[in-house]
Amino acid sequence: MKPRSKRLVLVGVGVALLVGAVALVLNAFQQNLVFFHTPTEVAAGKAPTGRTFRVGGLVEVGSVQREPDGVTVRFAVTDTAKTIPVSYKGTLPDLFKEGKGAVVQGRLEADGTFRATEVLAKHDENYMPPEAAHAVEQAHKAGATVKQ
Amino acid sequence: MIPELGHFSLVLAFVLSLVQAVVPLVGASRNRAALMAVGRPAAQGQFFFVAFSFACLTWAFISSDFSVQYVALHSNTATPLYYRITGVWGSHEGSLLLWALVLAVWTVAVTVFSRHLPDVFLARVLGVLGCVSVGFLAFLLVTSNPFERLLPGAPEGRDLNPLLQDPGMIIHPPLLYMGYVGFSVAFAFAIAALLSGRMDAAWARWSRPWTTVAWVFLTAGITVGSGWAYYELGWGGWWFWDPVENASFMPWLLGTALIHSLAVTEKRGAFRSWTVLLAIGAFSLSLLGTFLVRSGVITSVHAFATDPKRGLFILFLLVVVIGVSLLLYAWRAPRLSGGGSFAFVSRETALLGNNVLLSVASASVLLGTLYPLFLDALGMGKISVGPPYFEAVFVPLMTPVVVLMMFGPFLRWKGDTLGPALRRVAPAFIASIAIGVGAALAIGHATPRTMLGLALATWVVLASVQQLAARLGERPGASSAVRLRGIPSAWWGMWLAHLGIGVFIIGVTLVGSLNQSLDVKMREGQHAELAGYSFVFRGVQDAAGPNFDAARATLTVSRDGVGIATLQPEKRVYRAQGMPMTEAAIDIGPFRDVYVSLGEQLPDGSWIVSLYYKPFISWIWLGCALMVLGGICAAADRRYRKLAERDAPAVAARQTA
Repeated sequence: MKPRSKRLVLVGVGVALLVGAVALVLNAFQQNLVFFHTPTEVAAGKAPTGRTFRVGGLVEVGSVQREPDGVTVRFAVTDTAKTIPVSYKGTLPDLFKEGKGAVVQGRLEADGTFRATEVLAKHDENYMPPEAAHAVEQAHKAGATVKQ
Repeated sequence: MIPELGHFSLVLAFVLSLVQAVVPLVGASRNRAALMAVGRPAAQGQFFFVAFSFACLTWAFISSDFSVQYVALHSNTATPLYYRITGVWGSHEGSLLLWALVLAVWTVAVTVFSRHLPDVFLARVLGVLGCVSVGFLAFLLVTSNPFERLLPGAPEGRDLNPLLQDPGMIIHPPLLYMGYVGFSVAFAFAIAALLSGRMDAAWARWSRPWTTVAWVFLTAGITVGSGWAYYELGWGGWWFWDPVENASFMPWLLGTALIHSLAVTEKRGAFRSWTVLLAIGAFSLSLLGTFLVRSGVITSVHAFATDPKRGLFILFLLVVVIGVSLLLYAWRAPRLSGGGSFAFVSRETALLGNNVLLSVASASVLLGTLYPLFLDALGMGKISVGPPYFEAVFVPLMTPVVVLMMFGPFLRWKGDTLGPALRRVAPAFIASIAIGVGAALAIGHATPRTMLGLALATWVVLASVQQLAARLGERPGASSAVRLRGIPSAWWGMWLAHLGIGVFIIGVTLVGSLNQSLDVKMREGQHAELAGYSFVFRGVQDAAGPNFDAARATLTVSRDGVGIATLQPEKRVYRAQGMPMTEAAIDIGPFRDVYVSLGEQLPDGSWIVSLYYKPFISWIWLGCALMVLGGICAAADRRYRKLAERDAPAVAARQTA
C-alpha cells in the first residue's frame, strides 16, 4: 500500500471506531435518562408508567409507617398541593425526616403507589434537595395563580 | 492578628504570582536572561507566602478562633485536634487555599527539579504556572476570603460536617488536589512547547515524569475517595457515578491517555499535537472538576458555594484557560506536526486506538455529567443520569481497551506483521475465554457480565506472565538475578499498572455478581443468616465520642459455628448540628468483607440492621494500589535522572557561552 492510501485506511478505521462508540454512547444515554416529575404532575397522569423516574417534595408529616417486617416503609411525598404515596424497602438515609425534603426514584404501580428503589435526602441540615425545593416552588406558583 | 497576617500574606503571594506570570514570559519572548531569571525566585517567594497564609488559617483552626467566620462555620472546641486541622480544607474557602498551596508546591518542585531545562523553556513553564496561580489567588481574594472576620466572634463553632470527620478525609483532598493540580505542570509544558514551536523527544522526556506523578496522585486520591464512600456512606457501594466522582474520573481517563501518548512522543516522535491537545484537555477537565464540585451547581457533600459569583468566576477562568490554549493550539500546532511514521499494524496503532477509546469514554462521562445541568439551566426540565447509563457505556468501551492494552506490548514499534503476533497471543487469549466462562460457571453465576469480566481479568494476568517471560528471555545465558535487574524500572511500572487493571476487574466483577445484602429487624439475642454467615445481635449501648453521642450495637459474626468477628456499628448524632450519621463496621478479609450498618430504632425497641457480604472488594483497592505502585516505578526510572544529569552540563555550558 502507498503511504497515502495507508493513511486513508487508518483514518477510515478511526472514524468508524469513533462513530460506533458515539452511537453506543447516545443510545445508552437515551435509554437511561431518568426524568423528574412533581407530585402535581404525577397526580395529573403526566408521569410515565413502566419507566423509572424521580419525584421530589416534602415527606408529609405523620405519613411514615412501617410494615410488620420493619424494613418496608410507607410514606407520602407532597409538594403541598398534591400527595403521592410511596413504598420503599430498605434503609432510609440518615437525614430522612417527616416534614423535610426528599427525592425518591422508582416506578409508579398500577394502584397509584410509587415503588421507590432509592430515597435521597439532603446532605446536611441547612440544605434541601433542589428537586424537592423545585416541586414545592412549582406548587406554590400554581396555587398563587389559582388564587388570583 | 494572625488571620490578618494570613490575609496580607495571601495578597503578597498574589502580587508575586503576577510577577511570575508576566516577567518570565516577556523575558522568554525577548530572550532577556535577566527577566527570565525572575521566574524562579518569584515562584519560591509565592510558595512561601501561600504556605504562611495556609499556616495562619491552620492556626486559627487549632486555636478555635471563632472570630474568623470560616472557622466558626466548620470547627468546634470539641472537635478532635486532627479534624480541626483537616477542617481547614473541609469547605470551600479553605479547600481553594489548599488548591493554591498545592499549585505553589508543584511550581517550586519544577524550579528545584528542572535545573537541566533550557532557561527559555523553564521561564515559559513558570510563566504559564504563574498565570494559573494569578487566576486562583484572585478567585480566593475576591470571592472566597477564608480570613473574613465574624464580629462579634461566635462563642462556639458549628463543627465540621460529620461525613468529613473521617481518617479518609484527612488524606483524600490533598491527594486529589496533588493530582488535579499536577496536570497544570503537564499543561504548562504543553503551552511552553506551543509558544516556542519546539517539541521533540527531549520535551516528552521532561514532561513524562511530571505527568506520571500527577497521575499517581490522582489515582490514589480517587481510590481513597472511593474507599471513604464505601465505609462512610453506610451501604457498601464503592462507586456511584456521582457527578463529583465523575469530575475526578474525567481528568483521570484523559490523563491516562496522556501518559501513553507521551510515551509515543518520546519513543517515536509521533502523536505530537495529539499529546499537546490531551495535556490541555486533562488540565481543562481538572478545572471543570473544580468548577463542578465547588460552584454548587451539583448538590453533594462537596458542594459548598451557593454564592453564584463564585461559580461565575470559575466558569470565567475555565473559559479563559480553554479558549486561550485552544487558540494557541490552532495557531501553533501545525508547526508541531510530523514525527515518526508508522504502519497500520504497530504498537503506535494499538496505543492510538486506546487513546481514542479513553477520550470517548471521558467524553461520555462528560455528557452524562453536564447534560442534566444544561437542561436545568435552560429550564427544559430536570433529569438525572444514573449508573445504568455509565455501566452501559463503560463495559463496551473498556473491553477493547483492556484487550488492546495487553496486545499492544507484543507488537513492535513502527511496524509489525499481524500473523506472528496473533499466533503468540492466541493461546493465552483462547485460554482466557475458556477460563473466564469456566470460572463463571463454577461460581454459579454464568451471566455475560461475569464471564466477560473474568475472561478479561484472566487475559490480563496470562498476558502479563507471557510478557514477563519474554522480557526475561531476552538475555539468554545471563543468570536470572542479572536478567531481573536488567529490566528498567519503567517497564516494571507498565507491567504492574496493567496487572493492577486485571486485579481491579476481578474485584469489580465479583463484588458486582456475588454481593449479597439483607435489611432485617433485630432485637437482642436474635440472629440472621446471610451468605453462610450467622449474625447475632447482642444489643445496643450508649457511647459518647468527643463531639457526638452514639448508639453502639454489638453483633457477633460466625460461620459454621466458628466465631469470626465482633462488629460494632454505630448510629451517631453530632452535637453541634444535631446531625445523625451512620458509622458502619466492617470485617475486612482478602476474599470478602462482612459489612454491618445500623439503621433506626423502631417503636417496639428493635433495630433495623443492614447486613452485607462483599466478596473480593479488597481486590478493587489492591488493583488501584498496583496502578499507583506502577506509576511510581515508571516515574522513578533511572533514565530520567541520568538524562537530567547528562543535559545539565550542556545547559551550563550554554549559559556560560
